[in-house]
Amino acid sequence: MALLQLSEPGQSAAPHEHRLAVGIDLGTTNSLVATVRSGMSVVLSDELGRSLLPSVVRYAAAGPVEVGYSAEAHQASDPKNTLVSVKRFMGRGLLDIAHSESLPYDFIETEGMIKLKTAQGVKSPVEVSADILRALKERAEAALGGALTGAVITVPAYFDDAQRQATKDAARLAGLSVLRLLNEPTAAAIAYGLDNAAEGIYAVYDLGGGTFDISILKLSKGVFQVLSTGGDSALGGDDFDHRVFCWVIEQAQLSPVSLGDARLLQMRAREAKEYLTQHGEAPITAKLSTGEFVDLKLTTEIFAEISRTLVQKTLGPTKKALRDAGLAPEDIKGVVMVGGATRMPQIQHAVEAFFGKEPLNNLDPDKVVALGAATQANLLAGNRAAGDDWLLLDVIPLSLGIETMGGLVEKIIPRNSTIPVARAQEFTTFKDGQTALALQVVQGERELVSDCRSLARFELRGIPPMVAGAARIRVTFQVDADGLLSVSAREQTSGHEAHIEVKPSYGLSDDEITSMLKDGYTHASDDAFRRALREAQVEAQRLVEAVQSALKDDAHLLSMLERAHIDSCLTKLQSVLIGDDRRAIDAAMDALSKGTAEFAARRMNQGVRRALAGKKVDEVNL
Amino acid sequence: MTGFDHETLRQDFFSLFGLPRQQGLDVDRLEALYRDIQAKVHPDKHAHLADSDKRLAMQWATHVNEAYQTLKDPLQRARYLLQLGGHDARLETNTAMPMEFLVEQMELREAVAEAKAVGDADPLDVLHRRLKKDIRAEYAALQQALDANAFERAGELVRQLMFQEKLIREVDDALEVIER
Repeated sequence: MALLQLSEPGQSAAPHEHRLAVGIDLGTTNSLVATVRSGMSVVLSDELGRSLLPSVVRYAAAGPVEVGYSAEAHQASDPKNTLVSVKRFMGRGLLDIAHSESLPYDFIETEGMIKLKTAQGVKSPVEVSADILRALKERAEAALGGALTGAVITVPAYFDDAQRQATKDAARLAGLSVLRLLNEPTAAAIAYGLDNAAEGIYAVYDLGGGTFDISILKLSKGVFQVLSTGGDSALGGDDFDHRVFCWVIEQAQLSPVSLGDARLLQMRAREAKEYLTQHGEAPITAKLSTGEFVDLKLTTEIFAEISRTLVQKTLGPTKKALRDAGLAPEDIKGVVMVGGATRMPQIQHAVEAFFGKEPLNNLDPDKVVALGAATQANLLAGNRAAGDDWLLLDVIPLSLGIETMGGLVEKIIPRNSTIPVARAQEFTTFKDGQTALALQVVQGERELVSDCRSLARFELRGIPPMVAGAARIRVTFQVDADGLLSVSAREQTSGHEAHIEVKPSYGLSDDEITSMLKDGYTHASDDAFRRALREAQVEAQRLVEAVQSALKDDAHLLSMLERAHIDSCLTKLQSVLIGDDRRAIDAAMDALSKGTAEFAARRMNQGVRRALAGKKVDEVNL
Repeated sequence: MTGFDHETLRQDFFSLFGLPRQQGLDVDRLEALYRDIQAKVHPDKHAHLADSDKRLAMQWATHVNEAYQTLKDPLQRARYLLQLGGHDARLETNTAMPMEFLVEQMELREAVAEAKAVGDADPLDVLHRRLKKDIRAEYAALQQALDANAFERAGELVRQLMFQEKLIREVDDALEVIER
């Protein structure tokens, strides 16, 4: 394939135009931010040199919002206002949460996503996550000395649409431009694959604080192709802590404990779990507020016994992912271990026994996801160097379906379809003159709507009135490269575009996000106007560079007249770019985008033709 | 949307990859071509560009994914060939199948139900292997029929294969439940 050397759009970015991009691992227990510096992916530390940021946020009655270690220190003393493992609540309702009764928070009974009452008001998990992301953004901007162009944020591969959307909303609230939502095991595979020049079929076993993912990937000639993925978005290290906690309560014969004591014992349980990765037994001691003493010893054997079913629970999805990929355990060349919870010896043993080979532990299981995400962010931001032409092909983890008559699900996009993917379906009206239609979209593998997760209700309005059954409404379900669903509809006979109203089942509406953004601006010292202007300027500059680079490579695709039009749009944007009229910038950007649409289309066609041509030339050479 | 109506996208899936329009297909070659095209059009390659470019990239990548998925799978590929030849209309509604085939399928179905009820993996494994063998033979016959432009016969084989593929999926699902 070395016959035709094609330059990629954006490859020509000069070194001084290096765009600041980061990868963020927004974890259940800990979060990290990483970037690519001098061609190397590195994790950015705080001023004390600590790379992890505990995913803990405290909303105390007095004082600012605390994030990380300082918040974590108040877990036992201020449990109601100190929120931990909030990732488990993203895109989830109260009924979805296991052991919610043993959690110290004041949940608010609402429809849809959980909300928590704190001393600083009601918080949605999205806002809490946004506070964690904001802390990481500040860390990165301080370390890199400038505003970020964008971020890749990782999510568990098994996250459904609501959980992904919640993560993207959190980033938006934190003022981060999301280049891509990247699946955690895929991020790890990138880091592992690029480091080791790996080729072949690999499994990534990712057991984090609150989520479990298994992904099967084919690594071949710079392409990372996810063949299948599976998991459990409510299974992780936290659950092992909980087993130890329950064991402590039982062994010490404690009567119901206070919220603070429960939190204290949970921390001790976690410490014991971590201690057992290096030692044969762990002491668990605590002095409770009642004056009672806990003094126990947890051995590796007891721990393995009380957590046996949890370990087993990871093997079900693993088998399913292999079956979906049409593979057997012996087809797997290596198993990459990711997530702090994979340090537990019983996990290592179970994985080794299942795959019949020693798992790969040569990467730091806490950092590998952030490092892979940083590599991807660097690429997506357009900082492309020679040799950086790898490609990632990921899949949708759960089938998408719609509700049909009798509460049954009709699958529209099957799980493990490579994204982006779309499927169009035709619907018709039921009554004469009917102008609206409602669609219930669900995600899951079961046949009954009640056994799947409701994602959203889409209401199509503005269908031209016709007799029953005459309208032909073509609804297109599109899943983008972030794994997020969007729906569009068109009445075929009239060509009328139907208006769609989305009612997310477990998400925030656009209005809610907008009002949260507004609140953020009024509270923060950051001037909303200046900030929006700065963002528009950065965006416009990026567009100018992109068009210039495209013109440099492919001006031959344009007639003189077309070229002149693009040049004039470009000049116009460059002239308003330096001013402070945001509307003028937006208008000029819009004009340039429209003016280059046809150019972009021709370049894309050219790219495809060259890809095929390169192949044919290649073959002649064989 | 201008760019998406381009000639490259209006052509059939075989032409998109520059492959001959026939059932026999080198899947490795298709995969290599698919990867090469995705390397050009995938949204990740256009993430730093204007929104219009990103949208175009998503449409292209979606289209290429659909083309690849359709051609990769022999049953979908055959259905697509029938569709291109204007012979697919009755696939969903026409359920006429040779009596011999139906009787055999009925027996298989009963055997699957029985093994499921007992919850025993071994007979299901045996059924899986037998079905796999039958299916392989049907695909060979299907390719012959399509090569000979015997669309009527090809349509019949496609209908039978749809039936058999569904049954083998049921066997696999049952195995999954047992092994869980």
